[in-house]
Amino acid sequence: MGLNEWLLGLHLLTAFALVGAMTLFWVAIVAIRRTDLPEQVASVGRLLPVGNVVVVVGSLGVIVFGVWLAIALDGVQVWDGWVIAAIVLWAIASETGRRSDPEFAPCIERANELVAAGQTGPDAQLAELARTSRGLLLHSISTVAVVLILVDMIWKPGA
Amino acid sequence: MLAAIRPDSWNVPLLVHVLGAMVLVGGLLVTTTSVLVARGDVRLLRVGYLALLAVCLPGYLVMRVGAEWIYAKEHLGDMPSDPTWVGIGYGTADAGALLLLLALILGGIGVRRLRDGRTGLVRASLFISVLLLAAYVVTIWAMGAKPD
Repeated sequence: MGLNEWLLGLHLLTAFALVGAMTLFWVAIVAIRRTDLPEQVASVGRLLPVGNVVVVVGSLGVIVFGVWLAIALDGVQVWDGWVIAAIVLWAIASETGRRSDPEFAPCIERANELVAAGQTGPDAQLAELARTSRGLLLHSISTVAVVLILVDMIWKPGA
Repeated sequence: MLAAIRPDSWNVPLLVHVLGAMVLVGGLLVTTTSVLVARGDVRLLRVGYLALLAVCLPGYLVMRVGAEWIYAKEHLGDMPSDPTWVGIGYGTADAGALLLLLALILGGIGVRRLRDGRTGLVRASLFISVLLLAAYVVTIWAMGAKPD
C-alpha cells in the first residue's frame, strides 16, 4: 500500500468523523427541542464536548488529507472545478457549523444553572432558548453543504 | 483516481451506500458517547438507545441496500473471489447486523427497566455499539485504502 492509499483511507475516515459529529449534533438538537426540563437538556449537553472534538478533527482532517490527495494524485489538480467546489462547500459548512454552536450554548448554560439551583421543573426561558431558529438554520445549512460535498466527491462534475 | 474512471451509473448506489454508512457511524458515535459519559444518567442512556433505534438501524439498512446495489453494478460477484476490502466490508456488515440486532433487543428490554433505575441491559446494549463503532472504523479505512 502506497502513500495515496493511506491518504484516501484517512480522508474517508475524517469525512466519517465530520458527518458523525454532525449527526451527534442533530440528535442533541432534536432532543433538547423536545423538552423544557433542565435535567434532560443538561444530560444531552454532556454529549456536545465530544461532538466538538470530533467535528474539529473531522473538518480539519478532511480538508488536509483531501488537498494533499489532490496534489499527490496524477489525474487530479487542486484547481479542478469539482475540487474548488468541494473546498468552497467545506468553508461554508465549517463556518455555518461554527456559528451554530454559540446559538445553543445559552440553552445548555441555562439548563446547568437550573439544575445547580435544584430547579427541575419545566422552564419557559429554557424552552425558548432550545428552540432557536437561527441555530437550527445554521446547522441545516452546514448539513446541506456537507451532503453536497459528498455528491461532488462522487460525481466529480467536469472531471 | 479509481473514482475518476467510475461509470456514472455507479454514482447513485455509491451515494446511497456511503450516506447510509455515514448515518450509521454517526448514530454509533452518539450511542458510544452516551454510554461513556452517562455515568448512570438514565436520561442519557435513553437518548443513546433511541439513537441506536432511530439512527443506527435506518442507517444500517440504507448502507446495506446501497452495498448490494453497488456490488451488483460493479459485477464484483463475477470475480473468482472477493477483493480483501470487499471481504472486510461484508464481514463487518454481517457480524454487525447480528450485533446491532442483539443490542436493539437488549436495549429494548433494558429501556423498560430504566424506570426502576436498572441500567445494566441498556449499558450492555450501548457497549455493543462501541464494538460496532471500532469495527466500522477499520471497515471505513479498508473501503478507502482498499488493501490487497
